[in-house]
Amino acid sequence: MAIIPFLIIFPLVIAIIMYCTRINKIRNAIAYLSAVVIMVSVGVLVCQWISKGMETITLYYNTELVDHIILAAEIVLMGVVTYLSFKYKKAWVSLLSICPTALIAYYEIFGPETREVVGHIYIDYLSILMCIIVGIIGSLIVVYAVGYMHGYHHSAHHSNVTDRRYYFFALLFLFLGAMFGFVLSENLLWIDFFWEMTSICSFLLIGYTREEEAVNNSFRALWMNLLGGCALAIAIVYFGYTYENVDLHTLVAMGTIQSKCAVICVALIAFAALTKAAQLPFSTWLIGAMVAPTPSSALLHSATMVKAGIYVLLRLSPAMSGTMTGNMIAFVGGFTFLITSFMAIAQSDGKKVLAFSTISNLGLMVACAGVGTSETVWAAIFLMMFHAISKSLLFQDIGATENALGSRDVEDMHGLLYMLPKLAIFMFIGIAGMFLAPFGMLISKWAALKASVDVRNIVLVFFIIFGSATTSFYWTKWMGKIISHSHLNGAQVKDKTKKNEMISLTIHAILMIALCALFPLVSETFVNPLVNEMFGSSENVLSNQVLFTLIIIIVVVFAVPFLAYLSSKQQTQDLKLSYMNGVNTGDNRAFTDSLGNEKTLWLSNFYFHKIIGSRKLMMPSQIFTLAVIVVMMCRIIGGVFL
Amino acid sequence: MIRIILTICYILLAPLIGGLLDGLDRKISARMQRRVGPPLLQPFYDVSKLLTKRETAVTKSQNFLLISYMVLMILTGAMFFSGTDILMCFFVMSTAATFLYFAGVVTSSPYASIGAQRELLSMMIYEPAVLFACVGFYLATGSFNVADIAKSSDSAIMYLPGFFIAFVFILTIKMRKSPFDLATSHHPNQEIVKGITSDIGTKNLAIFTVTEWYENVFLMAVVSLFIVNENPISIVVALVVVLLVYFLEILIDNASARVKWQTMLKTTWVVTLFTAGVNLIILMIIK
Amino acid sequence: MGKGLKSPWLLHYDGSSCNGCDIEVLACLTPVYDAERLGVINTGDPLQADILVITGGVNAQNEATVKQLYEQMADPKVVVAIGVCACTGGVFKECYNIKGGVDTTIPVDVYVPGCAARPQSIIDGILKGIEIYNQRAEALERELEGGIA
Repeated sequence: MAIIPFLIIFPLVIAIIMYCTRINKIRNAIAYLSAVVIMVSVGVLVCQWISKGMETITLYYNTELVDHIILAAEIVLMGVVTYLSFKYKKAWVSLLSICPTALIAYYEIFGPETREVVGHIYIDYLSILMCIIVGIIGSLIVVYAVGYMHGYHHSAHHSNVTDRRYYFFALLFLFLGAMFGFVLSENLLWIDFFWEMTSICSFLLIGYTREEEAVNNSFRALWMNLLGGCALAIAIVYFGYTYENVDLHTLVAMGTIQSKCAVICVALIAFAALTKAAQLPFSTWLIGAMVAPTPSSALLHSATMVKAGIYVLLRLSPAMSGTMTGNMIAFVGGFTFLITSFMAIAQSDGKKVLAFSTISNLGLMVACAGVGTSETVWAAIFLMMFHAISKSLLFQDIGATENALGSRDVEDMHGLLYMLPKLAIFMFIGIAGMFLAPFGMLISKWAALKASVDVRNIVLVFFIIFGSATTSFYWTKWMGKIISHSHLNGAQVKDKTKKNEMISLTIHAILMIALCALFPLVSETFVNPLVNEMFGSSENVLSNQVLFTLIIIIVVVFAVPFLAYLSSKQQTQDLKLSYMNGVNTGDNRAFTDSLGNEKTLWLSNFYFHKIIGSRKLMMPSQIFTLAVIVVMMCRIIGGVFL
Repeated sequence: MIRIILTICYILLAPLIGGLLDGLDRKISARMQRRVGPPLLQPFYDVSKLLTKRETAVTKSQNFLLISYMVLMILTGAMFFSGTDILMCFFVMSTAATFLYFAGVVTSSPYASIGAQRELLSMMIYEPAVLFACVGFYLATGSFNVADIAKSSDSAIMYLPGFFIAFVFILTIKMRKSPFDLATSHHPNQEIVKGITSDIGTKNLAIFTVTEWYENVFLMAVVSLFIVNENPISIVVALVVVLLVYFLEILIDNASARVKWQTMLKTTWVVTLFTAGVNLIILMIIK
Repeated sequence: MGKGLKSPWLLHYDGSSCNGCDIEVLACLTPVYDAERLGVINTGDPLQADILVITGGVNAQNEATVKQLYEQMADPKVVVAIGVCACTGGVFKECYNIKGGVDTTIPVDVYVPGCAARPQSIIDGILKGIEIYNQRAEALERELEGGIA
């Protein structure tokens, strides 16, 4: 299967080419071509894997040379971080990179020989799924970015930002390569390397504009992720010295039988995953990442980065099931789900709403992985799929809307359906995918709720119940804004969306609807086997009856509004003015005030930002979750040694 | 077989029962205010009148949004009576309510918009108690399926008194009764006119009203689910309880003034936590 | 009452009245007269109302408002002018800002005189309005059927 090294190395090579190509047109052409190549090669990988019977495959047993290259590359990464930390006078951050790299290097050079040689690459349902997400969504984001970055550097708004598109695209491809490496690796040392690579790529992407705020936010992202990297490195070295073995599945197997060392390692790695998945108390880096150009936000939120955290937790979930680590992760995830969905209510900046909702949804996935039963993992997988598509769609859409509208505030999207119809419909599909029946969140919430009752996790039940109520609030009010008849000037806004941006958006929307429509099929043929493979049980999460109900709901929810819309089109109705105490000036946009002057109407949603704004809630909840994590980690480690 | 009959009965008879309950409501309210009140069949007269008027709308999309609302609400009830998953029923119901929200905001009318915002807020406020009730049923009977819950050996209320109180409490919101009728203001001459229904008239209003009947019957059926068990006599008891709960709602409606949303949020969530929440903790420990 | 309108929903509008008639209109809804036994609801929303009940005359400022409210009501609809001011302008007729009775602005179907009009006569006026409503409803029905055929 030569396609695997190709998948990892190809984006890295393209990244170098991108960096060297300074002529925009040529670079854009290469970017398109490579995006297509990546998608095709993911397709080839999937086909090859299916033709081999969809079984787990391990590859590459002797890889001494590659090991050395990776070590060297890791040291280079460390050098980059150290240089930049000193350059921006944040020298302490470099410590977080030097220490783990030194630890890993020491282990590789002086550590024990691995006892049994296992494959370095591992292909199963989960890694295939991740490859599909990274490959398809990631490549589409690249396609989108070509058009977006052109508009970005030609708008007066960003005139002070130096045009370094070669650098930006190089980073995008580097990121994709790192993600492929990350999800396909079995060897923990490899995983660690790709982990650091994603951290540093995101750091560089966030700091792209080199403005003061961007630099500060990028360093925040860097130190939080490197902190997780430290925990990962410690876990790997500790595990390596104890078992003379550094592969993921041994670790999970040892964790599942509650072997002492593995329990600590699992806890440490799970902690690392919390930082990457931007859970409280580490959520602020993902919100700060909003300063970067939109394609990088889309990439961080949907296909890469945060999903890496979820991927690790899903891998570990059999080892976390019913343990104290599992409880910690479930608690932190559930708490994040609830609190950040409150914060999302208080936001009116579209991108911020998306950022908080990402963290919130990730919280639910983290909680599901932490509970670690077949039902919750099933739910988490579906959440991940829906979330990846929908978030990528929404971020790209907001970027395009901002280019046309000059604002990304939800309040300014009043009547978007009549101003920018195409973008509004895409946005509508994206949001519907996040929470409406019969789409992703619904069924996942159902499974998560059921499972957390089954394992008697009372606290998690509370979090899910209240969190799901608040989640629908902020999404519904946004959707309402889009479809409201305009009280703004009502004129059509010129849609500046480029063709390639449109292509990417359309494919996303089609994927979203297809995933909804084929939901039972995907569950049956892909997700059930995945869960069975992970937990070794053969029960179906969706009972036939629930499946049947779901199909009915899907049909009705799709068909009814559509048919009703068609039938209402034929009806003749007398159109009346909207009721404004009889002083409507005639177009539902203005009224006559008591002095006889015309006054324009302004309608706004509820936000409650003074009560549940992020400024008010963020700090206390960070302190609280930090305390929970510290106490629980002490109990876990103490519990092993006592 | 019996499930199919029940489902068909719901689809056909729920508007009749819902309308009669509505008429009863108006009659009893009138008597509580020492008035004669309208005839029992008044709600049917209202709807038939609305249907004979020339159709009007503020925007054409109101109609299809309201029809979607109605069909999804019927689906909710039909799913319930066919004995499927109760959690799914409530998820479909919240989707239906979302369509009502859309019908409210689509016209950009100030009164309908503020009503719709409040409706959305009420959805957020009552949803925890509803989900708690589902979880409670699951814990008490070991199944989310309405059919299994109704066939359990003991009445669910034996285990779920707290959940029952919380559910009855949020019924006041759900049935748009004072003090929690923030979104629609059933009584005339209010600060937000007719709230979310301000710009809805003629046939659209008829659709809305009939949907409310469907919804009320469904909610009453959920109330009865707390009582019904394998013993047929329990059905009679359940009917009595339903009527008592309905009477209680009318009494509360007539005896209280509307509150602000802050008060509604605080009281409802506190009541939910201290009744359903505490009951849940106890239940999880003993079961 | 038999066949016909059994649920007359009112929209009550106060033009430039002295509030005397308004008090009497509201008195109709109290337990003593209980207009709701006839199915009356005071909706406050023109989009849902069948009968427009106006007290007081029309002045320069509210003329457009009265027209708009009348326009917003769905067919069939009836206008009942309550009190002498609404009927003719009453004692305010000669005022600089008064146009006169309601019928100077929109077509009025029932005139209920009095200063202030008594609740009994107001209810009587509304019942008269219902008769007119029924005629119009039949006309509308024929029109709609004709449209289909």
